Amino acid sequence: MTMSPTIFMQGVSKRYGDAYVVRDVDLSVAPGECVAIVGHNGAGKSTLVKMALGLLTPTAGRITLLGENPAGRQAMAFRRRIGFLPENVAFSPAMTGREVLRFYARLKQVPLGVADQLLERVGLAAAARRRVGTYSKGMRQRLGLAQALLGEPRVLFLDEPTTGLDIESRQMFYDVMAQLRDAGATLLLSSHALSDIEQADRIAIMKAGRMVACGALPELRRLADLPLRIRVHVVDGNAAREFTARRSVQWLDDLRFELTCADDGKIEAIRSVSLLQGVSDIEVMPPTLVDLCDELTREAAE
Amino acid sequence: MNAIATIAGREIRDGLRNRWALGALLLMAGLALTLAFLGSAPTGVVGASPLEVTVVSLSSLTIFLVPLIALLLSHDAIVGERDRGTLLLLLSYPLSRWQILFGKFLGHLSILTVATVLGYGAAGAALALAAGEFDADSLGSFARMIGSSVLLGAVFVALGYLISATVRERATAAGLAIGIWLVLVLLYDMALLGLLVADQGRTISAAAFNWLLLLDPADIFRLLNLAGLSKTSLFAGMAGLAEQMQFGRAVLLTALAVWVAVPLALAAFVFSRKEP
Repeated sequence: MTMSPTIFMQGVSKRYGDAYVVRDVDLSVAPGECVAIVGHNGAGKSTLVKMALGLLTPTAGRITLLGENPAGRQAMAFRRRIGFLPENVAFSPAMTGREVLRFYARLKQVPLGVADQLLERVGLAAAARRRVGTYSKGMRQRLGLAQALLGEPRVLFLDEPTTGLDIESRQMFYDVMAQLRDAGATLLLSSHALSDIEQADRIAIMKAGRMVACGALPELRRLADLPLRIRVHVVDGNAAREFTARRSVQWLDDLRFELTCADDGKIEAIRSVSLLQGVSDIEVMPPTLVDLCDELTREAAE
Repeated sequence: MNAIATIAGREIRDGLRNRWALGALLLMAGLALTLAFLGSAPTGVVGASPLEVTVVSLSSLTIFLVPLIALLLSHDAIVGERDRGTLLLLLSYPLSRWQILFGKFLGHLSILTVATVLGYGAAGAALALAAGEFDADSLGSFARMIGSSVLLGAVFVALGYLISATVRERATAAGLAIGIWLVLVLLYDMALLGLLVADQGRTISAAAFNWLLLLDPADIFRLLNLAGLSKTSLFAGMAGLAEQMQFGRAVLLTALAVWVAVPLALAAFVFSRKEP
């Protein structure tokens, strides 16, 4: 088993007429790695996933999946080891959950017993004999995950997997994702949800078809170089006035103010506010993922 | 092979669940029984057996009903799955698009076959109970009528897939399906008739006319069943046509088979080209 990338993209573009949906994307995902693609609606995330699956052919560039052309003739053989959960997954409403999963198991040539075990794993055993038409959004999504898990996939593509899920279902998704990675599977997920992104080793930010940044969270933080905020609680507002007059701070109310500082000035800033009289609490707030994504896409646009 | 059977199985199950199969069966059985008993009254006049009279009336029923049922089943096959969002997932599975299409074809054709055989068979059986024995000749033409009805259904299932693979909207598919039904079942014959009347036999020879009939699967079906037997054709008012008929049964069946194969192949081609 080589350590060549599971998913490899080089200069990949997809163009419809003059409009680029995906433009010049490079991405390499190693076995056992989890990469999250982040971006607004229409940023090209789903198109990128479809191209990696071989469902769309790129206008330019090269893609390999498990070392093969995903749209090529050999694709049939290795598709058995690929899991895909499309955005807004849908199934024949007249079939029961068990029938649906057994149908997909047959197509992937997976023993039908495995399908029943998977229903249990995603918590649908009790609803297995109910029609999919009666399922809630969360249950449909669980069924979608179950079909993606058929055949012990080596690569999983999850397109907005947790949109519209409650906390319990979401946690189940994360547990399964963690198990998959422990088993050495590669995960590529696209998402808006911050809690999804936190599961990933690397984050790829897309904007208008381009991949504007890709890296681990600390790396992206460094890249964006966003200031962090320090929120200070004081017992007596007036005692701090002298300090706050010297620095630009923002008072939230009489007893709380915020100051911003660069990442490397953090220690110095904390030290100076901690010397103030009557400080009751100090909160250090790193830039959120939303701030980060917005900043990086803004930088790319400029 | 396994994948095709799996897809076909799902279509059959879906058809049974949606009461599609049952609806088609009841409709065909109901109309067939009605026609069989209404139509068996005047048989003494031309000396045709009641079963042969039924062949004539059921053939006319087939021409209208079977294409309609076939198109209703098939026009949504691909565009509907795309619309519901089930197609994308299916395409990521280890099976090719022609396997999906062919599997659906087998599934839909099975539903249609069962509905036709049981529906018309019920009418035949009821007649047999009422009228007693049939001669082998009539039984043969009855069986051929059922077989060719299924074949006609296959033509329109294939045409429905061609529509379904081509268009982007379900409503467009439905509209086109109705349009195809109107043209092939009703308008083509009217146009042909108008052409003959206007031409007065000056330029269109009998041979050319026969070829023109092959351009419409409903007409091929008509020729197969109504002009095939001398007794039947007399009763069906197709005797004049039958005398000038230059094509044998094998040619007509081949023509229908071509009408199945070409749209199906075109549908597979369009489907394989289309981005999901």
